[in-house]
Amino acid sequence: MKRTLFLMLLVLLSFSLILSCGKKEEAAEGAPEEAVAASGIKTGGVLVFARSGDSVGLDPGRETDGESFYGSTQIFDNLVEFKPGTTEVQPALAERWDVSDDGLLFTFYLRKGVKFHDGTDCNAEAVKFSFDRQFVESHPYYQYGPWKYWGYMDMSNIVDRLEVVDDYTVSFYLKKVEAPFLANLAMDFAAIVSPTAVEKYGAEFASNPVGTGPFKFVSWTKDDSIVLDANKDYWGEGPYLDRVIIRVIPDATARYLALKNGEVDVIDFPSAEDLELMAADSNIELIQQAGLNVGYLAMNCQKKPFDNKLVRQALNYAVDRQAIIDAVYGSAGQVAKNPIPPTMWSYNDDIDPYPYDPAKAKELLTQAGYPNGFSTDLWAMPVARPYNPNARRIAEILQANFKEIGVETQIVSYDWGTYLDKTDMGEHTMAMLGWTGDNGDPDNFLFVLLSIPAATPPAGNIAYWKNEEFTDLITQAKETFDQDVRTRLYRQAQEVFHEEAPWVTIAHSVVTVPVRSHVRDFVIYPTGKRVFQRVWLDD
Amino acid sequence: MARYILQRLLLLIPTLLGVLTIVFFMTALSPGDPARVMLGERANAQQLEQLREDLGLNKPLGEQYLIYLKRTLRLDFGRSIRTGRSVMEEIREHFPATIELALVSMFLATFFGIVIGVLSAVKQNTWLDYSAMIGALTGVSMPVFWLGLVLIMIFSVGLGWFPTGGRMEVRLFFEPITRFYLLDSLIILIRDGDPAYLKSSLQHIILPAVALGTIPIAIIARTTRSSMLETLRQDYVKTARAAGIHERRVIFRYALKNALLPVVTVIGLQFGLLLAGAILTETIFAWPGIGRWIYSAITARDYPAVQAGVIIVSAFFVGINVVVDILYSVINPKIRLR
Repeated sequence: MKRTLFLMLLVLLSFSLILSCGKKEEAAEGAPEEAVAASGIKTGGVLVFARSGDSVGLDPGRETDGESFYGSTQIFDNLVEFKPGTTEVQPALAERWDVSDDGLLFTFYLRKGVKFHDGTDCNAEAVKFSFDRQFVESHPYYQYGPWKYWGYMDMSNIVDRLEVVDDYTVSFYLKKVEAPFLANLAMDFAAIVSPTAVEKYGAEFASNPVGTGPFKFVSWTKDDSIVLDANKDYWGEGPYLDRVIIRVIPDATARYLALKNGEVDVIDFPSAEDLELMAADSNIELIQQAGLNVGYLAMNCQKKPFDNKLVRQALNYAVDRQAIIDAVYGSAGQVAKNPIPPTMWSYNDDIDPYPYDPAKAKELLTQAGYPNGFSTDLWAMPVARPYNPNARRIAEILQANFKEIGVETQIVSYDWGTYLDKTDMGEHTMAMLGWTGDNGDPDNFLFVLLSIPAATPPAGNIAYWKNEEFTDLITQAKETFDQDVRTRLYRQAQEVFHEEAPWVTIAHSVVTVPVRSHVRDFVIYPTGKRVFQRVWLDD
Repeated sequence: MARYILQRLLLLIPTLLGVLTIVFFMTALSPGDPARVMLGERANAQQLEQLREDLGLNKPLGEQYLIYLKRTLRLDFGRSIRTGRSVMEEIREHFPATIELALVSMFLATFFGIVIGVLSAVKQNTWLDYSAMIGALTGVSMPVFWLGLVLIMIFSVGLGWFPTGGRMEVRLFFEPITRFYLLDSLIILIRDGDPAYLKSSLQHIILPAVALGTIPIAIIARTTRSSMLETLRQDYVKTARAAGIHERRVIFRYALKNALLPVVTVIGLQFGLLLAGAILTETIFAWPGIGRWIYSAITARDYPAVQAGVIIVSAFFVGINVVVDILYSVINPKIRLR
């Protein structure tokens, strides 16, 4: 009996040894040494990117989640695109465009000779098809929606119709003057899809995507991996890689271990605890950028005592923002002083943040007629969000801060759906919430979250702050296409916001993407895209 | 015998009906408006109304329940709210991974569990017995996500023997045939003579199978041990020994056969639990199985997917139990007679 057991163990051990040898050689394969001359860029190789969840689908018009766009962004192009690492818009499939004097007609001139991965032409008809299917109810492919992002960006109230002028010219007729419209066209939902492929696959197009992008779709094993091959005929820069594989590794620590082991080259959402270990690892490089988001505490300006500006300012002085960052965000967050994040154009860095000054806060409260403070509710979200990983914990810190100046708070929470409903209706006095930007345009924060039109239920402006000066400024900024004028108006609007203090701004989360050190030219896009078009692998 | 089997199968009907009802009311009565949760911060009133309409949430609960029952009985689980794809198709994509993992795990657990159990019963109160039982206790108490990470630290990062997760080296570019990867890679080996896929699929399945199998191993070992101890004290074993039959023959031919009866039940139960309980292992080892799929469906309030997933897994669980019952009556005729 003993001998049998021993033999069994021996067999098992040798079995695992056989399996394990030869593993290292496999990893070293690939990467042909064909250098792109002057730039020093090396072409070839396979890049594996691990993220936490699978894509829902790869039809960019239909999906709403970042995981889906991680895949579709590589496969599709838009008329215009974001300049890498910024929120500025630059030409893509459209080489240039005109805007009529009244701002209601956009004409795009398409790049010629661009082909979809299925070999068909990317022309004006394809552009019209890609948009029409999202809002023309009689369109034969409208039924494959819901086209949620089209709705989120209010496109039906902006776009009246599209017209094909000739093979390579397409016009958008708008219902109103809307400067952020151009930035909307750089978003994933506005990608140009192959009409031939949509007709062929119908509802299954989301599993068989065909675009003009730097990578072609090859295969998708659900919840495991998406394989994309280089589009050798790509019209733009790159791609330098032969293949990109997008894997799913749900557990953050397992993702880190796979990166450390060299099984993957880039990972998403590292856990805060693993970041220190990664920083100390010479094979791993951490790429960081402030995210396009803001977490805040809104004070309901329609309710007493928050209708008084002095009270709102007092609470701003009472909060120790750095303590919140240290306790809840760690290296994954930075203090917010403005309602828009610092990566966004027009961010007003001249504004002095409210310092942590309880004495000043008390003085303001006394001035406002509340020398003994008051008591109120403090609503905290029940879920972790990108802009706020732990609302409950932040609520506790805020509660302690407010207590110091005599403001007693009761922490209140509901399930997520109810929470959103009730805050939309303005049932709260103070509530935490946040926002993740979509199109990189300041309007997408300031108008949606703080304008007067957004202060009617269901409200995006849950502070119910109705300031005419502010709303005038951002409405003017919406209605002009002059970038300098827009920047000036938005900077001014941020000053009004600071003085009036409808929110206690809390934090912007910082996005960290750990990569193996041989990964070059990987740039984080503020809008949350992961783009591998220009990425290459060094030895 | 046939009557017994028929009886067992008929009992399936109320059991499954119960499952269907519980699943429906658990999803329908869980707090929060699913439309609101699905649309998040960006929803406007018109979109909310549209979605409620699309989901049939505007109808009274009783009517929703009847529609649901009718469709489920036709095995029509509809389309996933999240992906818009056929729920049945998605289950077909995810279930084989879980079954494969659970089978390999159960195979390991059964084999080692019985060997360890028999050894510690035969060597009762020796160091072997004590260490085996301490090991079993540790196995039962160890959280799977922790054990999984420790296994990865030691065998993947430290020794470099196995990959940290997944079912197959992604750089190999593998196209599944049956979606049971071990089977598929065996087919490729026979068809093309290429062993790389089989090697990779074996390498990938070992750590998760061990992690998932730890608790069943421990439970099977403990059940085998106590059942074996009881059997070894029976008179017929003493008689066999007295008759001078070789000890190994006494243990394996006479004692073990009878001692296995309760073990079979435990194995059946554990197998069912593995199917439903593989989610932690699937998460740690990036295993694209049904547990993770149901979990993401729950977080997205994807009702059709949650309902179908829970029903399929429950049906499997119930099915395995029936098979065990029948198997049991085959091994032990006494059961049938009652």
